[in-house]
Amino acid sequence: MIQYLQNNVAVIQAALSQHVFLALVPVLIGIVVSLPVGYLAVRFGFLYHPLLNLSGILYAVPSIALIVLVPTIVGIRILSPLNIIIALTVYTVALLVRVVADGLKSVDPLVTEAASAMGYRRLRRLVSVELPIALPVMLAGLRVATVANVSLVSVGALIGVGGLGALFTRGQQLDYAPPIVVGIVLSVLLAAVCDGIIVLVQRRVTPWTRAAERIAA
Amino acid sequence: MITFEGVSKVYPDGTVAVERLDMELPTGELTVLVGPSGCGKTTSLRMINRMVTPSTGRVLIDGVDVAGQDEALLRRGIGYVIQAAGLFPHRTIVENIMTVPALVGTSKKKARATAVELMERVGLTPSLADRYPVQLSGGQQQRVGVARALAADPPVMIMDEPFSAVDPIVREGLQAEFLRLQRDLGKTIAMVTHDIDEAIKLGDNVAVFQEGGRLAQFATPRELLANPADDFVAGFVGRDRGFRSLSFDSAAGLDVAPLSEVAGGPEQLVLDEAGRPLGWTGPGLGSTASPTPTGGAFQVTDSLRLVTDLAITSPVGVVVRVDEHGVADGVIRHTALMQQLEARRRREVDPA
Repeated sequence: MIQYLQNNVAVIQAALSQHVFLALVPVLIGIVVSLPVGYLAVRFGFLYHPLLNLSGILYAVPSIALIVLVPTIVGIRILSPLNIIIALTVYTVALLVRVVADGLKSVDPLVTEAASAMGYRRLRRLVSVELPIALPVMLAGLRVATVANVSLVSVGALIGVGGLGALFTRGQQLDYAPPIVVGIVLSVLLAAVCDGIIVLVQRRVTPWTRAAERIAA
Repeated sequence: MITFEGVSKVYPDGTVAVERLDMELPTGELTVLVGPSGCGKTTSLRMINRMVTPSTGRVLIDGVDVAGQDEALLRRGIGYVIQAAGLFPHRTIVENIMTVPALVGTSKKKARATAVELMERVGLTPSLADRYPVQLSGGQQQRVGVARALAADPPVMIMDEPFSAVDPIVREGLQAEFLRLQRDLGKTIAMVTHDIDEAIKLGDNVAVFQEGGRLAQFATPRELLANPADDFVAGFVGRDRGFRSLSFDSAAGLDVAPLSEVAGGPEQLVLDEAGRPLGWTGPGLGSTASPTPTGGAFQVTDSLRLVTDLAITSPVGVVVRVDEHGVADGVIRHTALMQQLEARRRREVDPA
């Protein structure tokens, strides 16, 4: 085991950094895309069900099928890392659109009404009242999406681009356990670290939710 | 002055929320819009800051049509208080109060100083400044709501059921403090409530609305109780309006008998060394050492309503008047009181 680690530091590092890249880029793109889409779903009632149903269906497509389908639809090589990124972005958006919509809906209508009555224009009200109040719900959803992405990247190993997942396939091919163990441990650790970072950010940007918890306790 | 000129609101489905409303809310006075649910009072209130647009007619503030003004700028100039305060949960108490000053670009330092000053003014300790709304009681939140509306010192305020989400005891305290505050500030206020007692207690004027968005009567509370315009208003004001109208008259005009009036009777008034009433003794009552409590006494500054209430609850049907030091200086029997109230009522009906 230690022998394996010593001989393969470079391989493991490369796999890890590819894994981080493949997992987090879709999260970032997902945030950028789902914020406006989620907002539109809440702002225009007639869009709510179509948009949320569509995202529900997209989320239900099996990941391996999506990874095989994306190249034919987009016209890229099946082995391109872009393939994984597009597939995971679809999942992230599908998950986060609902999260953004739920978050915005969690804002007490009395509060948005009070904001308007005091002279907030729509955009400023969205940025400085609605989004901050929706943050706890949105960040909770972001945690789920991020952790899910970290674990889904490994599926890409089946087509040869899988970050830490590549360690699983290699171990399996060689009938040799250490790379599999290292891959599992690192991907769990990575998920935990990403989750922890979001929790820290959440504590930092929504101090008022902890004030509420202290009251409840 | 806020003026409603031939204002109607008809919704696309044909529902009439407000029907041809003409009304003037005088500058510096508190006008309460009251009525059963669905009477159009809230709709009318929300036309003042353009949260609702009239179907026909105009709403003017100091002669200027609100429809011609920028919506956001207009609203920043009108203080707004709502039920359950509607505070921003993600902002601290001072940040909440600083909302409108921040919108109009007042410097942070100045806005914060004003906010802390306002907290004291509405009866909140400045130590609460950096708490979040969820950490405050309902009554405290409502005070923050009032402070937030006052922060930019708007000449006009609209209040939508501002005290209805708190329990009755807290509500009484808030109402009394708000009246005191308004006496200092002299804002032009439109307030909506469904509680006729609150309307009579707080309003300089009361506008009674009827189902279908019709203004049934616009009058001072006193006038409303004495001369309701029709059966609807009389019914809405309530059966005990005669008793409640007594709260507008002071006890100064009462003829009070000297203490000697009760000296010879079976019941004796027990006084302490300074002459303050302690209670009554006599058949079925306490001893001189522990007399039956009087239940309270009145001063000339109190209302006739209090005197009448004391007469009803007094153990012997006699009410004691005291001076500003609490020393008894006269008594009135409930029979004499009723005669005087009767005479007063006759004078009002026929002033000649």
